[in-house]
Amino acid sequence: MPEETRIVITGIGLTAPNGNNLAEFRQNLLAGKSGVGTIETHYMGEVIAGLCDFDPLKYQRKKELRRGTRAGSVAVYSAHEAIADAKLDLDSLDKSRIGIYLGITEHGNVETENEIYNIKQYDFNVAVWSHHHNPRTVANSPAGEVTLNTGITGPHYTLGAACAAGNIGLIQGLQMLRLGEVDLALAGGISETPHTFGVFASFKNEGALASHPDPQKASRPFDRDRNGIVVSEGGCVCVLERLNEALERGAKIYGEIVGYAINSDAFDYILPNPPRQAECMNLALKKAGISASDIDIINTHATATPEGDKAECQALREVIGNNSNAYINNTKSYIGHTMGAAGALELAGNLPSFEDHIVHPTINVDNLDPDCALKNLVINEPRKVDKVDYILNNSFGMLGINSALIVKRFAE
Amino acid sequence: MTADEIRSMILGVIHEIVPDEDLSNLKPDVRIRDQIDMDSMDFLDIIMELRKRYSITVPEDDYMQLSTLDSSVAYLEPLMKDI
Repeated sequence: MPEETRIVITGIGLTAPNGNNLAEFRQNLLAGKSGVGTIETHYMGEVIAGLCDFDPLKYQRKKELRRGTRAGSVAVYSAHEAIADAKLDLDSLDKSRIGIYLGITEHGNVETENEIYNIKQYDFNVAVWSHHHNPRTVANSPAGEVTLNTGITGPHYTLGAACAAGNIGLIQGLQMLRLGEVDLALAGGISETPHTFGVFASFKNEGALASHPDPQKASRPFDRDRNGIVVSEGGCVCVLERLNEALERGAKIYGEIVGYAINSDAFDYILPNPPRQAECMNLALKKAGISASDIDIINTHATATPEGDKAECQALREVIGNNSNAYINNTKSYIGHTMGAAGALELAGNLPSFEDHIVHPTINVDNLDPDCALKNLVINEPRKVDKVDYILNNSFGMLGINSALIVKRFAE
Repeated sequence: MTADEIRSMILGVIHEIVPDEDLSNLKPDVRIRDQIDMDSMDFLDIIMELRKRYSITVPEDDYMQLSTLDSSVAYLEPLMKDI
């Protein structure tokens, strides 16, 4: 493939419940350190959730925090960190040639709920409904806040794709670079979801909200006693560049995105569909020009719902068969489900494996569910491996949207 | 509320709306928005706070009355004398 159509990751900015940059995040993944805690919500009291503790004032003024949204702050922080990590000086770049593409599971729930809570104190008098509500809730808002903060004037928008959105933000960035629409993409995904009680209440009433006396044990994909999702916030923005331009400026290259796929189940509002998930992974492998046996690490989407984990394992068995040497892990066990950020954030947590050859485990597995006993599932302890050349990253979402991304260790 | 109390209340509200701004040198007879970084949406927050805190409704035609600190106090004094 010509160098101008090869797309590489040259910077990573992130905030997760257990780390505010890649080094810290990685260290905690290898140390088995969870970032899950609790949060007080309107109407529901205390719930288990993953929150980030980055300093929003590192890159924003107080007024921006008041006018904007938590999702915007997560996005602004992650974008700045990515640019700094890529060793780029924003002011020396052509800001009209930078695109911002951020995946979101949902946006606007937090801000709408806050306004309803606000007018409830005034006997539902809509005269006190904030005039900031519309700019806060338009779907492009978190990406738009990045432009307001940075002065980037290229395209910005979010990609609404349920919990597949983080991968899809990266795919969009890659496609826009290949089309020549932009010269640099800030792509990934973000979440502010723990600040909306409605998502917790909906998961709870659906029987899909995690509970456990110890919040840090609540997110336990593949465990026999798993009982649902831990809702989390987080963000991950990657700097994507065309290979020739990255090489020209001597950029550090984390990896090359060589394969991707997005497809739809056309099956159910919430239930997963293993055949379509498998098809999605196979499409990504085909695009990468490799076979399943070439994959070294598979970061599963598994969210710790009883049915979802089982379905993904079924899909994985179909794709990798019995001859795969791929090590399989999961990142939600540490940080919960960071929703729109999950795809990008979980991929980022795995990228250092190209260099350190360590696969972080999925934690909190006390009793492995026999239905999830995949070959080479890395459980509770990190695994040192001989080589890591390809990482497959799954991210699936409601309404049956599937995404798979394949990143290759960079080699010219 | 006395004129001084109203002045202090307005400054408190402005500080909440534009917390990065230094208000110590705000000239009372010069348009507030010419002195600090405050846009029309921020200005509407002043109107909103008056409504929420004191049930005072400022008609749009009177917004100009709130352009300076002095004119705001003069406009609000009769409306807030019993608060």
